[in-house]
Amino acid sequence: MNTENLIALLVAAPLLGAVVLLCGGRRLDRVGHWIGTLLSALSFVIGLVLFTDMLGKGAEDRSLHQHLFSWIPVEGFQADVAFQLDQLSMTFVLLISGVGTLIHLYSIGYMEHDERRRRFFGYLNLFLAAMLLLVLADNYLLLYVGWEGVGLASYLLIGFWQHKPSAATAAKKAFLVNRVGDMGLSIAIMLMFTTFGTFAFGPVLEASEGTSEGKLTAIGLMLLLAACGKSAQVPLQSWLGDAMEGPTPVSALIHAATMVTAGVYLIVRSGAIFNGAPDAQLAVTVVGAVTLLFGAIVGCAKDDIKKALAGSTMSQIGYMILAAGLGPIGYVFAIMHLVTHGFFKAGLFLGAGSVMHGMNDEVDMRKYGGLRKYMPVTFVTFGLGYLAIIGFPGLSGFFSKDKIIEAAFAKGGTEGWILGSVALLGAAITAYYMTRVMLLTFFGEERWRHRATASPEQPSAEPAAETRGQHSEPHPHESPRSMTIPMILLAVGSVFAGGFFSIGDRFTHWLEPVTHHDHGDSPLSAATVTGATMVVLVVGVTLAWFQYGRRPVPAVAPRGSLLTRAARRDLLQDDFNHVVLVRGGEHLTRSLVYVDHTLVDGVVNGTAASVGGLSGRLRKLQNGYARSYAVSMFGGAAVLIVATLLMRAV
Amino acid sequence: MNPVNYLYLAALLFAIGASGVLIRRNAIVVFMCIELMLNACNLAFVAFSRLHGNLDGQIIAFFTMVVAAAEVVVGLAIIVSLFRSRHSASVDDASLMKL
Amino acid sequence: MTALAAYTTSTGEAFQFWVLGTVAVIGALCTILMRKAVHSALCLAGTMIILAVFYLANGAYFLGIVQIVVYTGAIMMLFLFVVMLVGVTAADSLKETIKGQRWLAAVCGFGFALLLFAGIGNASLKDFEGLAKANEGGNVEGLATLIFTKYVFAFEITGALLITATVGAMVLTHRERTERAKTQRELAEERVREGKHLPPLPAPGVYARHNAVDIAGLLPDGTPSELTVNRTLRERGQIRDVSTEALNDLRALEQRATDRLERPDLRRTDPGRNGDGDSGAEHAAAAGEQTEEASK
Repeated sequence: MNTENLIALLVAAPLLGAVVLLCGGRRLDRVGHWIGTLLSALSFVIGLVLFTDMLGKGAEDRSLHQHLFSWIPVEGFQADVAFQLDQLSMTFVLLISGVGTLIHLYSIGYMEHDERRRRFFGYLNLFLAAMLLLVLADNYLLLYVGWEGVGLASYLLIGFWQHKPSAATAAKKAFLVNRVGDMGLSIAIMLMFTTFGTFAFGPVLEASEGTSEGKLTAIGLMLLLAACGKSAQVPLQSWLGDAMEGPTPVSALIHAATMVTAGVYLIVRSGAIFNGAPDAQLAVTVVGAVTLLFGAIVGCAKDDIKKALAGSTMSQIGYMILAAGLGPIGYVFAIMHLVTHGFFKAGLFLGAGSVMHGMNDEVDMRKYGGLRKYMPVTFVTFGLGYLAIIGFPGLSGFFSKDKIIEAAFAKGGTEGWILGSVALLGAAITAYYMTRVMLLTFFGEERWRHRATASPEQPSAEPAAETRGQHSEPHPHESPRSMTIPMILLAVGSVFAGGFFSIGDRFTHWLEPVTHHDHGDSPLSAATVTGATMVVLVVGVTLAWFQYGRRPVPAVAPRGSLLTRAARRDLLQDDFNHVVLVRGGEHLTRSLVYVDHTLVDGVVNGTAASVGGLSGRLRKLQNGYARSYAVSMFGGAAVLIVATLLMRAV
Repeated sequence: MNPVNYLYLAALLFAIGASGVLIRRNAIVVFMCIELMLNACNLAFVAFSRLHGNLDGQIIAFFTMVVAAAEVVVGLAIIVSLFRSRHSASVDDASLMKL
Repeated sequence: MTALAAYTTSTGEAFQFWVLGTVAVIGALCTILMRKAVHSALCLAGTMIILAVFYLANGAYFLGIVQIVVYTGAIMMLFLFVVMLVGVTAADSLKETIKGQRWLAAVCGFGFALLLFAGIGNASLKDFEGLAKANEGGNVEGLATLIFTKYVFAFEITGALLITATVGAMVLTHRERTERAKTQRELAEERVREGKHLPPLPAPGVYARHNAVDIAGLLPDGTPSELTVNRTLRERGQIRDVSTEALNDLRALEQRATDRLERPDLRRTDPGRNGDGDSGAEHAAAAGEQTEEASK
């Protein structure tokens, strides 16, 4: 059997699941979650088959192509529905369907008491289908379809508990902010079409070699805007924190492991365009560096465990974008970090979900503490994820993040030094806030025991099921098997993935045919960089331990410094948006309305009124009397005679 | 006397006929004024025929007469049918061309 | 007349032109100024006859005769027929109804006249050739030669035009009867059903001063009854007004008549006392007697 024909099945399986689950109605309520999980697993199995098939081929023959049908066959505008499966797509397919299947499994337990569980699984399958379409498309237009599809699924899942106004608002916010980025992508596609006359990956990337830098920069910046929207990078980052209103599996799958990394995929996929546009690349690295620090600082100040992790996600994607902006030096490491991050961040989120599951859906970390005794599996898996993300030697984060820092220095010049330093600083802050999360949640005194009388400081992010009263003292307990197994598997991935990828530069060789790796000349040796990383890691951890490990943690957050307060408010991003965009937009709209009413309407109405008035005057000539018309005729004849005579005279 | 005077007379009669068309409201009289204008033209043709010394002008006048006869027949028929339907021969009463 | 001067005309022709030309202009002015269409038509006929004379004077003998026969004789008669159909006395008032129309018409008329005069004056028309040569073999023969050679197509097409006009006139004035004419019996039954005028309609002029068709008969109380006048005249508005004066006269006559009835011998012995001006009154009185006898 020809393996190429299997590619479409990758997308078709979860899509079928979505259709069946969303159209199937109530009679599927009992088995819906199993259908969704099985189809997701089927997709993963097909991915594995294709993967083994791919491994059996030579490096150059690994790119597979499947042309399904011509979508818009117009002369001069050929839009095909065609898939391309190369090493880069393969990586994503395995990550998406693998982590996706695990999270499906997890959701079975997590969403057990939700009566709309079938719909939830339908949305999850829809997301998987769209995401796979995104990474498998062989042209930008089909990628755009998947891009919008994941946006839709994200919107539906963030707002899954739509009865909560905060969730509904968060969904709307995510959707609207994403629209800004989507506009960037659509403009980029249009630019490609006008520049290259096509938008299939192969021709576009080939043709971009000889295209002027200005055009490539324009396309690159538009692609960056798209990536910013989807991957929550500055300045379009504000939606990710609020997106934590969705159920935790959604946060793990969409807003940590897969969808938010679509921006990285887009930039790496369009590598040839960015290679020809150094200015756009610089912009990418700047965005990555800024977001890296931004997310890390926000992560330090949040008491909501999911929001702290969301800040961390933002920061880690900042690393990936930074790496992607470095060009061929960084593409491989961006993707590698993406994969390892997919493992450990999904694991962390699932751990957080497990904690919340045991703690009556409490999300405030100041009301946790000492949970390691009550939920040992969660503690171990979460701890391994923690070690992986801070870059503990030997775990996957260590390999991938270290390489990015190295590549940043290897960029060379002042630029390289600045980017490298920022990446190092980010690593320190990462160590700090992750240690903080760890200490607050699993160590220290059991602060949840004393909160029976205290009313909750902030409303819980997830609704309490009837069985778990908000005011009764929580009874921390380990989560059911269906939740712990995915956590364990993801923890295994967090521990070994990095090492597996790095030994013998396996991952680099795997991706090289697609992304063209380049080693670059680092001013610092690899050992120096690793040493520096270790130092900042220890500094970060120690600082956090002094602040949260040794001293008791107040149940109500202290006022904190100005930076802390700003960071708690997401570094004022919403305020910024409100003042600059909302107010500005309102004023712009008002002034435009004024101009419309006075100037535009004035001209239009004035024209109409003057024409009407003139017609009213002229109408009086049209009195219906034949004799009046006769006068006009004689007058006209007289004028003609006069004109003739005058012409004769002249 | 210069025969050109015939032309002046024709012009005068033509102008009088035109004024009559503009002034009178009775459709029959308007028609008569038109006939007067046509006759003025005929006089001019005949005078021109004499001026040029050939008979072509008279031929044209002859054709004018024939066409005028045809026109009178149809026009009067129209007036009669108009009078039958409106009980009036006034051109102002048929002012339906107004909105 | 056969030897027409080329450049100037004979004194006789000049005299004829000035006299008849004045009359023609006056006729034309009367055509547009007369209140009654009949008078307009008569004035126009006069102008046309004068034009015929001018045609003759200009050597257009055939056209002169045709002008008299066809135009004055046939077309003007057609006009008179139509005037008769539409109403002889349908005098249309010369009061202008459209604002400014008369001024504009005057301006147009004068302007046209001036323009044409200027045009003729400017044209170099000094050398008249005269028709002596053209009319050598006879005017009619010359015209016939031209009509049947040079203008033969125009002539044939004119024939078609005349046929078309004839058919058009017939179509326009002909009214197709779309329903069966009612029989006398049906008409009588209808009248009985309506119940309005069971006896025949009253005759015009009954009890009035005259018995002309356009004078409404008077009702017993002295008011005129429009029913007595023919429907066509009624629609044209041509009922002659029976003025209050006439009514008063009538009343006085009736008074006298009753006086005389009291002394019938006087009336019988002196029948012609009041002259023929009172013949209507006598008539009325006679009618009154008749009715009295009928009632007895």
